[in-house]
Amino acid sequence: MAKVFMIHPERCTGCQNCRMACSFSHENQFRPAAARVHVFTSEREGYSVPMMCQQCDTAPCMKVCPTGALYRAQGSTLVEYARDKCMGCRMCTMACPFGSAVYDSVTESILKCDTCGGEPACAQFCPTQAIEFIEENIATRTRRRAFAARFKSAFEGTWP
Amino acid sequence: MNGWSGTILRVNLSTGVVSTQPTNLKDAVLYIGARGLGDKLYIDEVDARVDPLSPENKIVFAPGPFSGTLAPSGGRYHVVTKGPLTEAIAGSNASGLFGPELRYAGYDALIVEGKAPEPVYLWIRDDAVEIRKAAHLWGKWVPETTEMVQAETDLDARVACIGPAGEKRVLFASIMNDVHSAAGRSGVGAVMGSKNLKAIAVCGTRPIKVAHPKAFREAILAACETGNRNSTGGAGLKAYGVDLPLDTLNEIGSLAANNFRESYIPAAGEDERPSVLPGSPARRLRGCYSCVMRCGRISKIKNPGYASQLAEQAQEEGLAVAFDHGFDRGIDNTAALIQSHQICDEMGMDPISLGATVACAMEMFEAGIITVKDTDGLDLSFGNSSVMVELTRKIGLRDGFGNKLAVGSYRFANSYGHPEFSMTVKKQEIPPYDPRGIQGIGLEYATCNRGGCHTKGYTVAVEVLGFGENIDPHTTADKPFWVKLFQDLTAAIDASGGCIFGTSGRGGENYAALLSALTGVNYSTEEYVKAGERIWNLERLFNLQAGFTSKDDQLPERFTARPISRGPAKGQISHVPEMLTAYYKLRGWDEDGVPTQERLRELQLA
Repeated sequence: MAKVFMIHPERCTGCQNCRMACSFSHENQFRPAAARVHVFTSEREGYSVPMMCQQCDTAPCMKVCPTGALYRAQGSTLVEYARDKCMGCRMCTMACPFGSAVYDSVTESILKCDTCGGEPACAQFCPTQAIEFIEENIATRTRRRAFAARFKSAFEGTWP
Repeated sequence: MNGWSGTILRVNLSTGVVSTQPTNLKDAVLYIGARGLGDKLYIDEVDARVDPLSPENKIVFAPGPFSGTLAPSGGRYHVVTKGPLTEAIAGSNASGLFGPELRYAGYDALIVEGKAPEPVYLWIRDDAVEIRKAAHLWGKWVPETTEMVQAETDLDARVACIGPAGEKRVLFASIMNDVHSAAGRSGVGAVMGSKNLKAIAVCGTRPIKVAHPKAFREAILAACETGNRNSTGGAGLKAYGVDLPLDTLNEIGSLAANNFRESYIPAAGEDERPSVLPGSPARRLRGCYSCVMRCGRISKIKNPGYASQLAEQAQEEGLAVAFDHGFDRGIDNTAALIQSHQICDEMGMDPISLGATVACAMEMFEAGIITVKDTDGLDLSFGNSSVMVELTRKIGLRDGFGNKLAVGSYRFANSYGHPEFSMTVKKQEIPPYDPRGIQGIGLEYATCNRGGCHTKGYTVAVEVLGFGENIDPHTTADKPFWVKLFQDLTAAIDASGGCIFGTSGRGGENYAALLSALTGVNYSTEEYVKAGERIWNLERLFNLQAGFTSKDDQLPERFTARPISRGPAKGQISHVPEMLTAYYKLRGWDEDGVPTQERLRELQLA
């Protein structure tokens, strides 16, 4: 079963662990400017949300890539990146509606989430499970369950 | 260079000259970073007798090696200067995103010296450093300042700034970063204000290199695991935030109320918890950089008496504000406390000193030493929460009676000839852990280099909360040992860029392992703690040169002469004078509290 990222902004405390873990696992150093996940925080409203590549089915980055450097392997759900095919045109950074493909001039390559080979460091180091990497059919289960609880309270007392 | 960035940034505001220098690796190894390296840089350059608010004083902002890495709860930075409140070494430690961003910009420390001829702010983007005009920001509160600076620089810039209190040199003004985080104590914000420095904005894209990535990763996972297993660091702080010790303190009768006249609130038991405990207002958890403990709270105030606003109810300041004023414990007052705390944060003031200063004034009001004629007509009776909110604002603006309180409780009470109403050590207000019922924390208050403070040797951890050890809070013979150990370990953790709350469940061995793997310098646990002792002694030497003597290592008379009046610790007094001799001896200091040459040599300080 394919896994997807599930983000729970209501759990995120804005600690930036995901960003640092991403950088550390890709480069063995801490350069979060080059992380594939970023956290946006509104300090005054007390709101944080992590964002990363959604591995879209019909990925605009892939469609726009003139050299096939961004591609999907047969049977895979992951949008992969082949550095050796990339000509650095940056079209993908313009096409991605989430801003999740970024050109890094230090490594002269595109930074996008590769799920760390199926065990993403961001999810592993998130202290609140605000980022989950989870099988797609159960990804929304916590939300369904929470909503089901609201039904329960709405109908409480009306059942025999 | 691994672990350290290798560069120190220097900005002279008088001349406008920006320069860099390499980090001295020998000093970095001996003093680690943040509080330690910051102290070393500052003390080497500044005369201890300097007027804290003069252009000759300097101010150092120093993140530690952990800052900006995944070392758990390691995202802190330290502000080092001479504090205008205490006239002693000031070290104010803050979390948030600012410290790590300084590391990403490539700096182990930023030294600011001189005084700008007009209001300015600094904009640091890696090695591009600008001094920009800030006249349009002058007078703005912290959130607005932060957002305006971000709009002018980079929306993702991390901003440390002062509010009106720092501009007006309120002696306990704080430096606020990332809106909510405070380098709170000793008046470091007034030093920024005296330099006409409104804000510092930073964006960084550089790497922090790791000597042994695999070992560092393992040390991080080990530290996370031991931390999560601990009841305080794991579940406790998450559930209760930093209000966690309130009930326990009250149960042992050592929770200050009414300016330490009482230390027990009879109704605050299991059934009727003090209302600052979580429940109604807390809206969201907030976690600092790289932290897994989440002790911060974002609260929404819904009480119609107070505007609906968000406030972070974090750090012990909440606790101090809550209990130094002797409020009743209704929900209305929780709202008032949070609002007062929020005003402190937004105007840039230390809520511990502010709360205790108001409490001091309230007691003097009850004693008839000051009257409504002094207070602009305000009724300063204990428990008057709306006056508390009003006074917070007046102090931040130095408006009317607020101007008299803006110098802290010692100078205020002393100006009426009654210093005995001020609950301070070295002119800095102590938080509401009653030192008569918890002997170790009393010794920490008396000896702390930055004046009355609990965080630089938090023996409450073992005396009350049972982190690893359970020590009787009333004994005295063992306390010099514990106080010294906590002070030294805390200095090392501060120097690493770590948070002391992380010690709930983590020991020196975790920190030494993290630091060794990160820097490639091999620190044993003993060497790590010894680095802390070195830092403690360096600060002590500065204070001695600044004119402090052993006479300043004492508590207000209330604690040594007047027993606790009611509750479980009734009849107790503090035994600091007796413990002090043993403490000096253990530290290798003479009877006047001066470090011996022998001990200084051992610590590589002589």
